[in-house]
Amino acid sequence: MSLRTGIDVAYLVAAICFIIALRFLSSPKTARLGNLIGAAGMTLALAMTFATPGLTHFPLIVVAMVVGAVIGVPAARLVKMTAMPQMVAMFNGVGGGAAALVSLTEFSRDAGQHVAIYVIVEVLLGVIIGCVSFAGSAVSFAKLQELITGRPITYPGQQIVNAILGVVVLAFAGAVLATSSTLALVILLLLALVLGVAFVLPIGGADVPVLISLLNSFTGLAVAASGFVLHSTVLVVAGTLVGASGALLTRMMSLAMGRSLTNILFSAFGAVVTASGSTEGSGGGSVRAGTPEDIGVLLAYSRKVAIVPGYGLAVAQAQHVARELADTLTARGVEVYYAIHPVAGRMPGHMNVLLAEANVPYEQLEEMDDANRDMPTTDAALVVGANDVVNPAAKDSPGSPIYGMPILNVDQAANVIFLKRSMRPGFAGIDNQLLYDPKTTMLFGDAKDMLNQLVAAVRAA
Amino acid sequence: MTGSILNLVTVFVLAGFLGFEVISKVPSILHTPLMSGTNAIHGVILVGAIIVTGTAHGTTQLSLGFATIVLATLNVVGGFVVTDRMLEMFKSRSKQLTESGAPGQSQPSGPKGEDA
Repeated sequence: MSLRTGIDVAYLVAAICFIIALRFLSSPKTARLGNLIGAAGMTLALAMTFATPGLTHFPLIVVAMVVGAVIGVPAARLVKMTAMPQMVAMFNGVGGGAAALVSLTEFSRDAGQHVAIYVIVEVLLGVIIGCVSFAGSAVSFAKLQELITGRPITYPGQQIVNAILGVVVLAFAGAVLATSSTLALVILLLLALVLGVAFVLPIGGADVPVLISLLNSFTGLAVAASGFVLHSTVLVVAGTLVGASGALLTRMMSLAMGRSLTNILFSAFGAVVTASGSTEGSGGGSVRAGTPEDIGVLLAYSRKVAIVPGYGLAVAQAQHVARELADTLTARGVEVYYAIHPVAGRMPGHMNVLLAEANVPYEQLEEMDDANRDMPTTDAALVVGANDVVNPAAKDSPGSPIYGMPILNVDQAANVIFLKRSMRPGFAGIDNQLLYDPKTTMLFGDAKDMLNQLVAAVRAA
Repeated sequence: MTGSILNLVTVFVLAGFLGFEVISKVPSILHTPLMSGTNAIHGVILVGAIIVTGTAHGTTQLSLGFATIVLATLNVVGGFVVTDRMLEMFKSRSKQLTESGAPGQSQPSGPKGEDA
């Protein structure tokens, strides 16, 4: 087996590692292993690259890698958990920049010689997509880090300016195709950076994670384009895998937010849409609906879960399966408590009677004051068929009929899950703003049926 | 040359379909770690960066190559480390389970590395 073949086999193994990594990262049980397998594949591919015949400048290469690692490892190690999204944006951006530079450098080497049209197209794609990803990620980082405002940045005539920018980029792409000029390509690179900034500015802070996922997919495609330029199969495979799975993931993320991708990317362009966005809270705002599988995983990997029973639990006769869910979670090491509001249900003590019938251990029942003390440290509050007793309007809108009523502060938990049959308001007939909160997920359906599905989902997680 | 470009296009198309198929039904709690994991994988551009730099001629190409390797290394190293940190919560959970042993007893807040 020649050295060249050996290297190619190593690249094949690396590609298989990447595929397994993606598969494993899709499930909570195997996710961590998946990441390690990906890292192992990467290490193998890099190690074998050094054996490529004809390579020189090894000291320079090693020094550059050490510099990158010395910056990268501490940055990734020390960053706070809350700052993770902007770190992902940054690491994604530098990848896109690297892909653009690889294409540019390879092109400048062949400058002056006759270059086939398809090679120039590959270079153009690598440079444009890579630069858009780099600049877009940089702006995303600035938005999340609050270096600039997280609000959509718009100005009059933005669409026209962006359209002109797009046309100019296309014109220079044509110029590079016609002349194979490195100078034209460098100008194009700078224009693509501007395009990346212009693309991201009008997107609001809450939507930036979806945007980063899209840019991540872009970087994958830029890497694939560089793979075409260099005739490197492993770059094409890995880049395309990321491009395709990243596109699908972007779609899943925007669906999980209850928005369409076009809505996220372009909604700020029309002032009308923005205006309706700001009034969103007052009634028909956007609601996030989840699946039992999603919620099951969330609960299974929480530390502390509150179950908030209400009249809906009594109607559905779901107290036994609620207890089953609590037991399943407790068996996994999750701390579970029932937060009991004194007037939950249709009579005082309704919930205590109901849960006692299901033999819920007494020490898991918490009265309102105790429960409210625990709420801020609770990872997930599962509200089963209750509404008015958790409605923050009782605290913060003096005009509301229930203003002043003591409530369970589930809005202080990290995640809120409402298990309801529909969006209909509760007994008091008052709309609940908490249903529209970004940290709230709705699980529509019969309480008993949904709890059964949650039990199954937690067991599978 | 035409043959080799066709081979690459074939690989590209197949990898595209595979990318769509390999992730399916990802629970939303894993969306961000998965994004970060795929982010690390496109750090494979470092392979390209090393090849370009290793065959470079002249100061311009060498400086470009140096910058490219620094950026690509940041992508690889940072990507995998950040993903691993995100996934630590899943690991600590299973470890805590084996340590606690007896199911049915509620544990006081177990050993945790990070504030998620």
